[in-house]
Amino acid sequence: MPEDKEFKVIGTRPIRHDGIDKVTGRAAYGADIHFPDMLHGKVLRSPYAHARIKSIDISKASSHPAVKCIITSDDLPLVEDTITELGETVINLKYLSDNILASDKALYKGHPVAAVAATDPYAAEEAINMIEVDYEILEPVLDVRQAMEPDAPVLHESLKTESMGKGEDQSQNVASHSQRKHGDLEAGFAAADIIVERDFSTATIHQGYIETHNATAQYNEDGELTVWCSTQGAFGVRDQLSKILKMPVSKIKVVPMEIGGGFGGKVQVYIKPIAALLAMKTRKPVKMTMTRTEVFEGTGPAPGSYIRVKLGADKTGKITAAEAHLIFEAGAYPGSAVGAGSLCIFAPYKIDNLQIDGYDVVLNKPKSSAYRAPGAPNACFASECVIDEICQKLDMDPIKFRLINGAKEGDRRCDGPIYPKIGYLETVEAAQQHGHYAESIDKTPNGKLRGRGVASGFWMNGGGRSSVTINVNADGRINLIEGSTDIGGTRASIAMQAAEVLGLSSEDIMPAVVDTDSVGYTGVTGGSRTTFATGIAAINAAENIRAQMIGVVANHWELKPSDVKFKDGTFLAQKNGEELQMTFKEVAAVAGGPLVGSVTASPGGAGNGFATHIVDLEVDSETGKVDILRYTAIQDVGRAIHPSYAEGQVEGGVAQGVGWALSEGYLYNDEGHMTNASFLDYRMPTSYDLPSIETVLVEVPNPGHPYGVRGAGEVPLVPPLAAIANAVSRAIGVRMTELPMSPDRVLEAMGSI
Amino acid sequence: MALVSVPSLMQDLTAGQDQVNIEGETIREIILNFDKVFPGVKDRLCDGDRIKPFIAVYIGSELSQAGMRELVSPDSEIHFVPAISGG
Repeated sequence: MPEDKEFKVIGTRPIRHDGIDKVTGRAAYGADIHFPDMLHGKVLRSPYAHARIKSIDISKASSHPAVKCIITSDDLPLVEDTITELGETVINLKYLSDNILASDKALYKGHPVAAVAATDPYAAEEAINMIEVDYEILEPVLDVRQAMEPDAPVLHESLKTESMGKGEDQSQNVASHSQRKHGDLEAGFAAADIIVERDFSTATIHQGYIETHNATAQYNEDGELTVWCSTQGAFGVRDQLSKILKMPVSKIKVVPMEIGGGFGGKVQVYIKPIAALLAMKTRKPVKMTMTRTEVFEGTGPAPGSYIRVKLGADKTGKITAAEAHLIFEAGAYPGSAVGAGSLCIFAPYKIDNLQIDGYDVVLNKPKSSAYRAPGAPNACFASECVIDEICQKLDMDPIKFRLINGAKEGDRRCDGPIYPKIGYLETVEAAQQHGHYAESIDKTPNGKLRGRGVASGFWMNGGGRSSVTINVNADGRINLIEGSTDIGGTRASIAMQAAEVLGLSSEDIMPAVVDTDSVGYTGVTGGSRTTFATGIAAINAAENIRAQMIGVVANHWELKPSDVKFKDGTFLAQKNGEELQMTFKEVAAVAGGPLVGSVTASPGGAGNGFATHIVDLEVDSETGKVDILRYTAIQDVGRAIHPSYAEGQVEGGVAQGVGWALSEGYLYNDEGHMTNASFLDYRMPTSYDLPSIETVLVEVPNPGHPYGVRGAGEVPLVPPLAAIANAVSRAIGVRMTELPMSPDRVLEAMGSI
Repeated sequence: MALVSVPSLMQDLTAGQDQVNIEGETIREIILNFDKVFPGVKDRLCDGDRIKPFIAVYIGSELSQAGMRELVSPDSEIHFVPAISGG
């Protein structure tokens, strides 16, 4: 692996390739799609959180003059009640289909029941209100602990608890139970000088992407379906459409438009199959766009959770044992992030005696979805707060505690595998040495209460399949064709890796994110995989091009390819005592035609990500309002290809973490209706709520990537919840265990209300 | 022989043993030989000739991507863990 000084492009900060289109408004998003004869689709959603659908009468709505088509679940192909692999995930096909259009039961308020295509969106809205649905209203269950009770309302009569291949005698709402265990828990706690055990809860949270879901579908007479949409992964959409509609993937083309945020929430399909089905039935293009309320009520939020953590340590601060029970909201169908949460909860530490139990529980809320490092923020909120309490009781510096217990290469992860080269301790050391931590905090200025919190976080990061094609033009500039949706600057970070191989500048590469017919299979932009895995595909494709060009040069100079060297974008050789050289662009010109290199890579070795955050904040003891004063986020990114975009990922994660910690959360009434389904009432932080966030990029190169890249997009959302909770707890002298820490909760904890 | 770490929820099949040494050059051979020693293991881990979708296999510190075909060496450490996905 080259040293820093050898890099020409990596580590620099060129202007992103899509920047001008984005700032001038020229970039095309899903809502920009328009066809002259286009219809507009609208969904009828259940007004009840739990109800049996007895009948649906579409006769009145069908008589509306603007209505061209109405569909219900009867129009979807029957799919098997079986678990299947779907791209990079696994899913029960019947659940997937039922979440698109409810068949026998509506399982959450907002669950789609029917859909209409009409000549204009207003007529479609009118028509859905003319559809008559006869419901048998059932009692909803909205809390995971209540859902686990033996007499709780049951969502799925056929659901059985999956437990590492074995059925368990659990409540019918417990979809799965997982366990990670090693060492001797009893002996570990017996060896402890101090034990802290606490219960924690977190709210259901939405990703809050600014662009709502959208889809426009067109079905041609030759049986080919095209869908333009906002998605984190076009191939994942193609796979889901194929399964739900029972169509061959070769008949489906998905065109990924620019994306206004996803954060894990734009992997699962919702209205895309509905738009497709309406287009197939009407033989006209059908466009659908969700409202914000539909997004809140009808798409997958991050799961709320209940977590119990018990941790023991000796007087020196060494952890002797750890135990956790995590119960996560799956939503209406199985599949929460409890598995990832269970893996992450104690991941930064070397713990010899440990048991972690995770439960995936269905209840009458929308099917939960991924949200940056899914499951880890909830889990680490609980574990990092207990660690902070132990530090307080031992009167030990929280950074020192982490240096004593931090995991390093060769230590065993909580679920068994051994850590490869990781950079957790380097993030803790960077925190210890940072000016923020060295500076003391005045605890009671002007009658307000101040506190400092520290927390760490982990995300495993992913690999998976990615494809890249590189075309070399005669002018020496390059078209780089990729299938990875660019959410956070990955056009630049992928192009820069190809540029480094070829000795070109970032500006010489012209990246394009294309549809599923135009590039090889590429996994979703998620799991912090894109700069890593698609980057490796780009490196491999560039190396292929470099080899081809060496062949061209050798032929041109009448030498063997082995006689030709390549350095800094120039081809070199010696012939008859003469020094020969040609630039990349000169070779492109003499190549006599386009050079093409196509690669599909499926790399392992993604390299784990760790972060350690420090926050100072102030609590108004009269109002309970928390103001963040200073925030420093330290993260091991392996190698920052484009440091600005790595920093942007970290800053964004912190901003979202501030919302999760202090203000965000679905509010439900007793009937299971979300009562804050708009951005007026669902309070995400704005620039007024956030300080300048300082980022520190630690670079412990990942040996699994040619340039050392580790995924950077998810771990920054893991520590903020606990860091802020620890700071609030230290400020007010009361341990905070429930999120969000809204002003009323803070005042209640202080005994003021 | 490869060292197989037995998931705690499968230790009812191994009389509480948390690690076992198993012969095999691929994950398929490891599971079949594991099942011969501790009947029932294959049913827990596999659907037919495939690893169950919600189970991931680690060889050492590396997540396997080749399923039953994954090659195993005599000094490999094998972990069967719940599969997870990212966002």
